[in-house]
Amino acid sequence: MATASSTATGPAVVADDVSKRFRLYRERNQSLKAALMRRGRARYDEFWALRDVSFEIPRGSTFGLIGENGSGKSTLLKCIARILQPDRGSITATGSLAALLELGSGFHPELSGRENIYLNGSIVGLPRRTLDERFDEIVDFAGVREFIDQPVKNYSSGMYVRLGFSVAINVDPDILLVDEVLAVGDASFQAKCMEKFADFRAQGKTVVIVSHATETMRSMCDQVAWLEHGRLLAVGKPDQLVDEYTDSTHVDRVTSVDGSTRWGSGEATIERLEVLDAHGAPTTAARTGDQVTIRITFRADQPIERPVFGLALETLDGVYVWASNTRDADYVPDRIVGAGLVELAVPRLMLLPGTYDLHASIVDFTTQHTYDFIRRSARFDVDHGTPRESGGIVSLGGAWQNLTTE
Amino acid sequence: MAFLTSLRDLGSSRELVGNLTLREVRGKYKRTALGQLWSLLNPLATMVIFTVVFGVLLRVEVPPGSPSGIDVFALWLMCGLIPWTFMSNAVTGGMSALVANANLVTKVYFRREVLVAANVFSWDVTFGIELLVLSAALLAFGAMVLPWLPLVIVFGLVLTAFGLGLALMLAVANVYFRDTQHFLSIFMQFWFYATPIVYPATLVPDSTELLGVRIPLRTLYELNPMEHFVAVFRALLYDNRFPELGDVIFTVGAATVALLAGWTIFRRYEPRLAEEL
Repeated sequence: MATASSTATGPAVVADDVSKRFRLYRERNQSLKAALMRRGRARYDEFWALRDVSFEIPRGSTFGLIGENGSGKSTLLKCIARILQPDRGSITATGSLAALLELGSGFHPELSGRENIYLNGSIVGLPRRTLDERFDEIVDFAGVREFIDQPVKNYSSGMYVRLGFSVAINVDPDILLVDEVLAVGDASFQAKCMEKFADFRAQGKTVVIVSHATETMRSMCDQVAWLEHGRLLAVGKPDQLVDEYTDSTHVDRVTSVDGSTRWGSGEATIERLEVLDAHGAPTTAARTGDQVTIRITFRADQPIERPVFGLALETLDGVYVWASNTRDADYVPDRIVGAGLVELAVPRLMLLPGTYDLHASIVDFTTQHTYDFIRRSARFDVDHGTPRESGGIVSLGGAWQNLTTE
Repeated sequence: MAFLTSLRDLGSSRELVGNLTLREVRGKYKRTALGQLWSLLNPLATMVIFTVVFGVLLRVEVPPGSPSGIDVFALWLMCGLIPWTFMSNAVTGGMSALVANANLVTKVYFRREVLVAANVFSWDVTFGIELLVLSAALLAFGAMVLPWLPLVIVFGLVLTAFGLGLALMLAVANVYFRDTQHFLSIFMQFWFYATPIVYPATLVPDSTELLGVRIPLRTLYELNPMEHFVAVFRALLYDNRFPELGDVIFTVGAATVALLAGWTIFRRYEPRLAEEL
């Protein structure tokens, strides 16, 4: 593993005209007979997973890779991690590297958690001494202390990935590569992971992330690169690029009226999104501290099992304020059919004055398939109310107290 | 000199090799009631079978140990069988190491040689235990084996290098052609009987006629590196004397060639392993 001090200057990762070709075998040629019969290697089609990709990742930044499935993101990450070697061009990473590609992939099911920590640690390049020092931290972070001397095959899948994550993150590399592993564990573990990433960035380490969670990418990344069919479309600020990307991926977009964008497969659709005041009347304005209800009126043309309704809030300039969905709230119906509605009751609207956009969605239980998604489907203003606080987006509802002086 | 650099790099993965070896050793007999005892029971069973078949039924005559003076067919057999079993296990196990750890190879970067090396080294542990028990038995029958044990260890390492070289080549081959493992199991049987393990090398005639062609059987027979390895181990353990210089040169030479060739081939194909798996 390459080592260099983390204080080195210059970019952390430089990709220079990287191309990677895969062979798609027409018949998997892993039998000698097949090879002999056609006198040589198998017939295969070539497929360029990456084509002339060039970029630089500045030291200390968080860099996201976005693109649809099969666009080459993971291949690119594996090239940076040196698991795959580019066929043309070069990728140089300066500094020590750790990759969170599949957590716990080095675990041996029959060995105990303790044995696996040492084993996995040495695979990712941690010397024994360091492991001894960090052992407790690793175990506590993963929250598997009582089970540490049990074989890991007895672990729940959550414990398994938590332990894998915990070992990998403790490598303390200069560059961390992350592939879709942020979605592991329960909410509290995810929060811990996010905190760890934040620490990491604060320490000036470089993070490269591949994720489909575009909102996470928007909030975490300093820069994103957008890949399509192995080519690099653009590199830039996440706000703009993530929007462009989300819009572009939904070719089944239904309408695009007055700045709102809509997509989805359409088995269920959102008919109306309304903000209701305390008396149940639709409104487009509210005051800080008001009681409001957000109502989604939907229609399902065919029965849909376990749909998840979601709402998100953004300011006019695109700051992501809040989101909630019925899956996290454990409010998922077995099925919906025909016309219906669902409401979110907000006892006190803790937003400070400004204009806000609401996004609404109906997705399936895995949240991977979208039935209907409307960006900016409702807009409302918030005016001064109680509590009156001087600035920002949210109201904390705090009270000044305990003033003491001599 | 790329070889030496690689060797140094591998040295820095020492700890990883150590841990992976430990994983193999521990994992091998997990969930068995007898655990590591199995590594002794297997050769013991083989010993009983071969002793009955070749020593009692076929009455294979073996020369008594000189100068040790012992004359026990079972011990004579084990002096050849234990090194053979080690080599055979190391090559077979090392060959499958890449395919068996495909999930690791495609997810984490590290020097992939260590997987093959760790598997080979894990058999060294079994080899060591078996040699210890064999030494105790030899001592009990009056062969003063103790002064020769340091040399046994040296040649154990030479045999390890030989096995590692073959395993490296075959591990790569097995990634590209899964037939390799099936082919190898047949080849190993052939190789076993082409090595003087259950019969003394003196039974092999100088030449033989096949379809009117004179075949220099003896010369061909001695091209087999394992013939020389077995000779070296028998000399040290059974006879308690210094092995023939010719055998020493041949074994060390074979190990060097195998390791260099294995290494070169492995390095050459290593970059594409992750996508071929």
